[in-house]
Parts: sequence; C-alpha cells; structure tokens
Amino acid sequence: MRTIRFWLGAVAVIVAGLVMTRLVSNQYYYFAGYVVLQYVVLATAWNILGGYAGYVNFGTGAFFALGAYSSVAAMKTFALPLPALIIVGAAVSGVVGLGTAYLTLRLRGIFFAISTLALSVVLETFITNWQYVGGSSGVYTTRPRDALIFGDYVQLLFMTMLLLAVVAVAIARTIERSSIGHGLAAIRDDELAAACVGVPTLRLKVIATVASGMLMGAAGAPFPYYLTYMQPGSVFSLDYAVNSIAMPLVGGTTSWLGPVIGAVVLGTAQQVATVTISSELNLLIVGGLLIGFVLLAPKGIVGLVRRLARSGGR
Amino acid sequence: MGNPILVVEDLSKRFDGFTALDGINVAIGPGERLGLIGPNGSGKSTLVNCISGVFPCSAGRVLFDGEDVTALAPHQRFRRGIARTFQIPKPFASMTALENVCIPIEYSAPKRYRGEEIETRARAVLAELDLAAKSGEYPDNLTQIDLRKLELARAIAVKPKLLIADEVMAGLASTEVDETLGLLLRLADSGITIVMIEHIMHAVMAFSERVVVLVAGKIVAEGCPDDIMRNPIVEQAYLGE
Repeated sequence: MRTIRFWLGAVAVIVAGLVMTRLVSNQYYYFAGYVVLQYVVLATAWNILGGYAGYVNFGTGAFFALGAYSSVAAMKTFALPLPALIIVGAAVSGVVGLGTAYLTLRLRGIFFAISTLALSVVLETFITNWQYVGGSSGVYTTRPRDALIFGDYVQLLFMTMLLLAVVAVAIARTIERSSIGHGLAAIRDDELAAACVGVPTLRLKVIATVASGMLMGAAGAPFPYYLTYMQPGSVFSLDYAVNSIAMPLVGGTTSWLGPVIGAVVLGTAQQVATVTISSELNLLIVGGLLIGFVLLAPKGIVGLVRRLARSGGR
Repeated sequence: MGNPILVVEDLSKRFDGFTALDGINVAIGPGERLGLIGPNGSGKSTLVNCISGVFPCSAGRVLFDGEDVTALAPHQRFRRGIARTFQIPKPFASMTALENVCIPIEYSAPKRYRGEEIETRARAVLAELDLAAKSGEYPDNLTQIDLRKLELARAIAVKPKLLIADEVMAGLASTEVDETLGLLLRLADSGITIVMIEHIMHAVMAFSERVVVLVAGKIVAEGCPDDIMRNPIVEQAYLGE
C-alpha cells in the first residue's frame, strides 16, 4: 500500500515537472531547479552510506566530479548521447566507489571521513593535470541543438535531473526497506554487535558505498552540459561535500524522506539567497541551519515531525 | 562425551608485546555446560573474542563442529552456530527490542526466514526469554536485566549450537541472578552448548558441569566445580598467597 502511494507520488512529481515545462518559460527556474534537484540526488546518495550505515563521507565532490569528467571524456571520445553519459558517469564512480570501499571501509569514524577527503584531493590533482579533459584551464561543452519535446536544452536537463532524483530516491527507499537497510542500521548502531549476530558488515558497507558513488556519478554526468564551461574548481568544490552532509542532517538521516526534504529546503534557501542577498551568503545559511538543527532537532525535520506526532497522539 | 563441538588448539593472542592468551587448549562437548572463570585481566573476554572471530588469533586454531573456522569472519561463525553476548550489552539503539531480534533472524543461513516469518520467530524468541511484554520498547527504556535478556535473545534467535555468555549476570541483583541462571539452564536443556563466563561464583558453580580456570592467559586448572573450589591454585589466583 505504502509502496503504491510512493510510486503514485513519484509519477505525480514527474508529471508536475512536465506540466511546468509547458507553462513556465523563464529559464531561470530551470537553472535553479536543476541545482536543487541535483542536491536531492547527492543528498540521497550520501545518506545511503552516511545516514543508513553511519559512515561519514567527505568525498561527495570527488564522486560527483568523477561523473562530470567521465562524461566529458566519453563525450569527446565517442560522442555519446546524454543517457549513455549518465550510465558512464555512474559506472565510473561506482567502480571508484568499489575500490575506495575495499581500501577504506576497514577504517572507522574520523579515519574513514579523512580518507574520503583525501580521495577528493587526489582526484582533483589528477584531473587538473589531465589535458584531454581540459586540465586546469577547464573545458567547453556545446549543448546539443535538439531538445526533444522541450522548449530548450536547459528544460531537458531539468527533466533529466528530475528523473534521476526520482530514481535515486526509489533506490534509497528500496535499500532502506530491504534486509540490506536493516543490516546497515545495525552497523550504524553497533558494528561489532551486528557482525556477531550474522550481519556481513563489510559486504553491506561495500554495497552501500558503490550505490552511493554511482548515484553521485550519475548526478555529475549532465553537469558539463549545464555549465557549458567547467573547470576542476567548480566541480571539486567542498560545497558539494558540505551540502550533501548538511541536507540529510537537516532533513533526517534515518529515512529516504529526510535528504529529500533537507535538499529541497536548504537548496531552495540557497538559491533564493543567491539571488536576493548575495551569492556568497548561501553557505552561511547552511552553516546556521546546521547548527540550529544539531542543537534543537538532532534527528532532523523528519525526526521532529515524528516526535510531535507521537506526543500529539498521546 | 561425543565428538567435541568446539576445539581450541594451542591458541595464542598477542597485542604488540603483551601476551593475552598463551597456548590455550580446550575442548567442549555437545550439550556441555562449561564455566570459565579467572581474575580480571586473565584473558577470558579475549578468548571469547578469538572464538567468535572478533580478534584474529596470533597462533593456533579454532575448530567448530569439525570445521576449521580460524580464518572466518564473525558473521560467518555466527551462521555456523557460534553465538556470544557482550559483557556490556550492545543493543541496536535505534531499533525496538523486536527489531533487535529480527536482525539475526533476517541474516540467518542456511535456513532463510522471509517476511512475516521473521517477526513471528522474533516474537517467539522474546517470549522464550520472558521479554514479550517489552517487544515494542527501545533499548533506552529497558532495565539492566532486560538489556541482558535482549542480548541473550539476539544471540539465541536462530538456535546456535554454542552460546558464550560473557558475564550476563554482572551487576544484577541476586534475584535477577537466579532468574538469569534459570534462563541459561533452560537454554542448555533445549540442547545449546553453553560456556558461562562469570565472577558470581555460586552461579557458575551451580550452572557448570566442568570449570576451566584462566590466569594470566593460561589455563591453570580444570575440573568439576567441587574440585575447583578446593583447588589451592585457584584460591591463590583469586585471593593471593
């Protein structure tokens, strides 16, 4: 029953997006909406490892950039269409996720977090020195002229990201409700106890890292078309890591809904602040909200609502 | 005693320069109730960790049910039937008591429980340990004895062959000790081989058919409870000369 409701909601979101492309022609909304939806994917992806399993990953920027640059390389080499680029981006980030998982998942807590940050630095150095994908001077991408049924290519990118967001959330929800999700929750609560009652901890963490990395890579793949001019600094930015951690924390980390709410609230607030106040102020908003939530609602918006609902029901 | 269910062979465990376990040899028969005693720091919990796979051994082997499990991970040993509890209870804090017990059932092998079966089985396990009334509670709201029972419930959820109970009675009131003792005897009756690690002497002596004494990483005495109580080496280890 709940699954049917979920899928009806998903279809409704997609239809609403399609209707929007018919009614709204101001390009700005698609530019801004794309960024918010991209954060829905990134926050959801981060939460699979960070929220469900409790392994804090500071390397969102790395997986995201890997998707973006794989896309550039695939574009230049094979002139692949957008859906294929997304698959390539997801695959490359997934493979790197697999490698990272085996190298780092035996580490716990702060050591794991630092090693993911290191991954980011290493990859950025590598990309900055790889001339084929633009190196430090960056790379220009020409958007295809054909925008299918949409008014322009930005609308198409917006709808693509909307679809990706729905897919990402569906994957996260499926994992959360499966035995994998239950096992990850046990790992988050007490990894040693989990291992001693039969939970294959390493395997589950590897699955979570690969799924998380793939989704981050998929989110990065259309990015060169969105920016049209991309340099390493703009994709390896720490903003992605900070936001994709802050959004699930603000929304709530234990369910799929948390990162979605967090990404929509924080992402929209940042877009609004960028336009109305200043483009530098948006990270300040993230910081402020994060402190507020950690102090007042450590289980995020979802936890807060559940607590209110429970005390209201009594 | 038939073929032993667990054989620990020349097992040693070193932490850097410190030898925590030094050439341990123990065999436990199926259905046996074994007591493991020793002063603090004698290596009892380290031995549990080596048997359950939490620590790799520095030397020696662990054979379970005729199979060498020395290289297996903790979850693989659990699936073969080695279950343990932790001295300090380690409940899954974000889950109810029922959900805590569902985890081992969900991951049990070779028999796979599915969907509703998992919950039905978990409820039966909680009932077996007199925890049925607490199934919806989170660990935060459980008392010490209930936490110990939950720890036991998770360990026996899929009928292990061997249960190592690491100080499940520590810190409990004397009536609670008796209650827990009763539970463990009931589990032993159901066919589970049990190793009890305990400082509460009257409980170990009442429970065990055989007692092994560990001092400074070595087995110094072994025998039936009465002999152990009279053994001068044991007295010396506990009370000094």
